[in-house]
Amino acid sequence: MNTSKNQPSPSRLLNWFNPRGRSLEGMAFILNRITALGLTLYLFLHLIVLGTLARGESAYDSFIELVHNPVYIFGEFLVVAAGLIHGFNGLRIFFTSLGIAVPRQKAMLYVLMAIALVASLIFGLRMFTA
Amino acid sequence: MSAIRWDVTFVVYRAKGDEASHFDTFKLSIDPDEYVLDGVEKIWAFEDRSLCFRHACHHSTCGACGMRVNGVEKLTCITLIRDVTQDGGTLKIEPLRNFPVVSDLVVDMGSLYLRMDEVHARPVVPVPEAEIEKSPKEWPPDDYEYLRLSDCIECGLCMSACPISATSPTYLGPAVLAGAQQNGLSRNPSLLEIVDAENGVWRCHSAYECTAVCPSYVDPARRIMDLRRQVVSERLKRLFNRPKPKIAAVQEANR
Repeated sequence: MNTSKNQPSPSRLLNWFNPRGRSLEGMAFILNRITALGLTLYLFLHLIVLGTLARGESAYDSFIELVHNPVYIFGEFLVVAAGLIHGFNGLRIFFTSLGIAVPRQKAMLYVLMAIALVASLIFGLRMFTA
Repeated sequence: MSAIRWDVTFVVYRAKGDEASHFDTFKLSIDPDEYVLDGVEKIWAFEDRSLCFRHACHHSTCGACGMRVNGVEKLTCITLIRDVTQDGGTLKIEPLRNFPVVSDLVVDMGSLYLRMDEVHARPVVPVPEAEIEKSPKEWPPDDYEYLRLSDCIECGLCMSACPISATSPTYLGPAVLAGAQQNGLSRNPSLLEIVDAENGVWRCHSAYECTAVCPSYVDPARRIMDLRRQVVSERLKRLFNRPKPKIAAVQEANR
């Protein structure tokens, strides 16, 4: 028997992100992890940016000037979209984990993701047109 | 069966002993209304007698022929070729994930069977306790004498599809937790310590892949969520019905 192949192992963590053969809910599982990692990364970047305050008002102001660039605004849009997707998908997980609406969880996923998409578009429009 | 023939390329996972795994390609002219398992059997019968795979009943009762077909866990005896490919298409056949490969498409499912035993999963249940469609509100008492096979056929598809089972060797997994749910914590309180543990019911991350691939309508994800409810209910019950301390019990007896 080839015991080295196919065994469950923590080293197979990247398989969590493999979309091959995954169902819709599996894609939501992957999306939740990607958005969580993105939001965590953003949190650290945010703290680093706030750290520029310690270097004085002018250092902070010059950084703020820099982030008016459309690339940065797009980055901020991704953060907002990630927050909305993660939050709304999290609601589905929260309710189903309490045993609420488990047979309707797929419908709930469609509705909540549609809300997240529409809200992201509204935020995006306001961010790029402000 | 129809007179139509499709040209289908089967790309089959091969692994013998400690040799490196690889894929072999077999081109078959096959009726699309045959099942994937029929194709695998044809390969074994006419192309390569060394191909190892498991099968028995051919009607989704034994749960032996679980494989991955184009990346998705399928019970190959009930998976029509026309549902998973097209004329001129390819079928990639791989063993189930998260079980050690014995040879080619055969995996060792011993860990699943041992865990099913651990939670005392019932292979048969009294008819009124089975979850069947349009069940009556009240069952005649006689019906408790009749047994019905459990829905779970222990095919292991859910254990293969579960992303958490891939990274946690000791996680009980969907089939096992579903077996515990069906057994019920009120019927078998000793299960609480098994399922309300690090590798039990709380390790599920709600990917719902188990339910998506289950060929037998067990709906393991729903059962896991219900088992969580049972765990919380049982813990609360134990919290408020703690045995009285010895001194208080003696004082009460002396009154």
